[in-house]
Amino acid sequence: MTGGTWKHAPGFYVGDRPQVVTSRFQYEDSYTLERYLATDGYKGLRSALARPANEIHDEVRSATVLGRGGAGFPAGNKWGLMPQEVWPRYLVVNGDESEPGTYKDRLLMERDPHQLIEGCLIASYAAGLSQCFLYIRGEMALAQERIATALNEAYAAGYVGKNILGSKFSLDIVLHWGAGAYVVGEETALIESLEGNRGMPRLKPPYFPAANGLYGQPTIVNNVETLANLPWLLNNGAAAYTAIGTATSPGTRMVAVSGHVNRPGVFEIINGITTFRDLLYGEEFCQGIRNGNDLKAFVPGGGSAPWFTPDQLDLPFEASQVGPAGSMLGSGAIMVMDSTTDIPRAALTLTRFYAHESCGKCTPCREGGTWLERILSRVVDGKGTDADLDQIFEVGESICPGAFPHASNEKLGIAAVPFPYRMNTICFVGPSAYAPVHSALTLFRSEFDARIVKRTMIKVTAVSE
Amino acid sequence: MARLTEENVRLAREIIGRYPKPRSATIPLLHLAQEQDGYVTNEAMSHIGELVGASSAEVFGTASFYEMFKFEPVGKYLINICGTMSCALLGAEELMHHAEERLGIKMGSTTADGKITLERAECQAACTEAPCLQVNYRYRYRVTPDQLDSLIDDLSAGNLSSEIPAHGVVASVRQHIPADRAVGAVAPELVTENPVWLDGKAAL
Repeated sequence: MTGGTWKHAPGFYVGDRPQVVTSRFQYEDSYTLERYLATDGYKGLRSALARPANEIHDEVRSATVLGRGGAGFPAGNKWGLMPQEVWPRYLVVNGDESEPGTYKDRLLMERDPHQLIEGCLIASYAAGLSQCFLYIRGEMALAQERIATALNEAYAAGYVGKNILGSKFSLDIVLHWGAGAYVVGEETALIESLEGNRGMPRLKPPYFPAANGLYGQPTIVNNVETLANLPWLLNNGAAAYTAIGTATSPGTRMVAVSGHVNRPGVFEIINGITTFRDLLYGEEFCQGIRNGNDLKAFVPGGGSAPWFTPDQLDLPFEASQVGPAGSMLGSGAIMVMDSTTDIPRAALTLTRFYAHESCGKCTPCREGGTWLERILSRVVDGKGTDADLDQIFEVGESICPGAFPHASNEKLGIAAVPFPYRMNTICFVGPSAYAPVHSALTLFRSEFDARIVKRTMIKVTAVSE
Repeated sequence: MARLTEENVRLAREIIGRYPKPRSATIPLLHLAQEQDGYVTNEAMSHIGELVGASSAEVFGTASFYEMFKFEPVGKYLINICGTMSCALLGAEELMHHAEERLGIKMGSTTADGKITLERAECQAACTEAPCLQVNYRYRYRVTPDQLDSLIDDLSAGNLSSEIPAHGVVASVRQHIPADRAVGAVAPELVTENPVWLDGKAAL
């Protein structure tokens, strides 16, 4: 069934591609324990428990399961960063999906909650984690209901809790939910929020909560999609997993393509191989730009990512190629703008988002983001001056010193500045406020210039000598 | 007085018991308070502070960081229209203007009858289904101005009350950990040994 979709999984399209995490989406009742058990559910857990924990950790490490939250750090290596002999260790599941353009974790939680729960169990067994907190975004009522129901079923059936499946492995999984704050998706902010505080990122180092996380203990924070990969991995083995995709980007990943395409959708694609051109124009994906329009620009990896233009369409979904080209794959969110798009206004919607979501801890982000939003609003309203455009770069420099990443452009004759950037803030919210306006201004300067109020300087002379 | 009711205190204690440290329950308890009264009252925040071992100022400090918590009454139905990139590219601004015109209120305010509050929201993770909105955190996808009109008609007439609970209730299902299956939360300082299954042998 190529290009099929179902009313119960809005936005999702299946194709002739391997399905690691979406195989149950076809069933209307995919979220029930009954369906899960009928489709190999909790088999991966059973086979994991039949082997020593360190072997399971090695299996995950050798599969190179890249983190699907944004940074793309391999999960097996992340688990390995925990200090030896410090107990207890915790697992915190990052289900706070809120990066602009990102729509995948919510589907995984609503459509296949048991798969996520099984992933949590496997990770906790492998890495010796004593308790699991499943942190779901506050605004996702249905996902919370589905996970609550699934956990209640799984506890009653002996898959979660004391002596799981009669083994010596025990784990409580606690459903926890947020209350509306984008920055809480940053892992140290997530931990602060879980401790009952304002969700502000912690000072770094330590860079990873694996060293010092929840209650100061070693803590693994993994994204929903990352953990959802584990049951399949245990059922089929690391070799089968790495047989999909490329050596540096194995497996599949979920991407959401939204905006001005004929068929916006969520797809499970082969990692490392699928190109942006495939995604935007492919028959099994988005089927081209709406109304036969030309493509103007697209955001390749969530609102935080510097923009691409048609020049970058042939890049594959591979971090080692997208980074040098000046952007990132981030959370698998692609937002497409056609030729009718008002670029300064589009940039404003994103910059406003990050300015609004700044937690206020770091001055360059708190003040800089707001400045960027105000200046850009002024320009969009036709009240800006040339000095405003210079000021945008100046404010950006105070958030991210040095050259800021951007794509190359043949027509403009500019070369790419590779990702990542340097930053004067603890987390990525500040740089993210700058990324859209920087890209827009670098790649579409003339659209800004056209809106600028031209003022000629009047020479001030004395009324009389 | 809007402290937590007896039944909610029982629930609150159950929730607190799941965490190694009681203060971790702060946000879930704030949701419970909002579920009870439709918004978070000062009395409820003091009460939550007593339950988790924090001052009412600390509880308010946490609560005020998060957008879902309201400190004064809002409409029975909170309509959040998404205005971020994907939705903006497909008509979110127009939808917001339409909603304002139709209800005769600005974004961020409530109708005189107290039924509907209108808010501009940021990305709701439904970007392929733009423009989208949520009513008390229940989704509506690819919303046209006409559909918004009939949604408002339905909400005003009470036709959706079985599908959409009044503001304050987010998930209508709660997690319940049966006592005989629970491992139980332990304060981290009381744990000194590695989990029993990390003995180099299979668990099963």
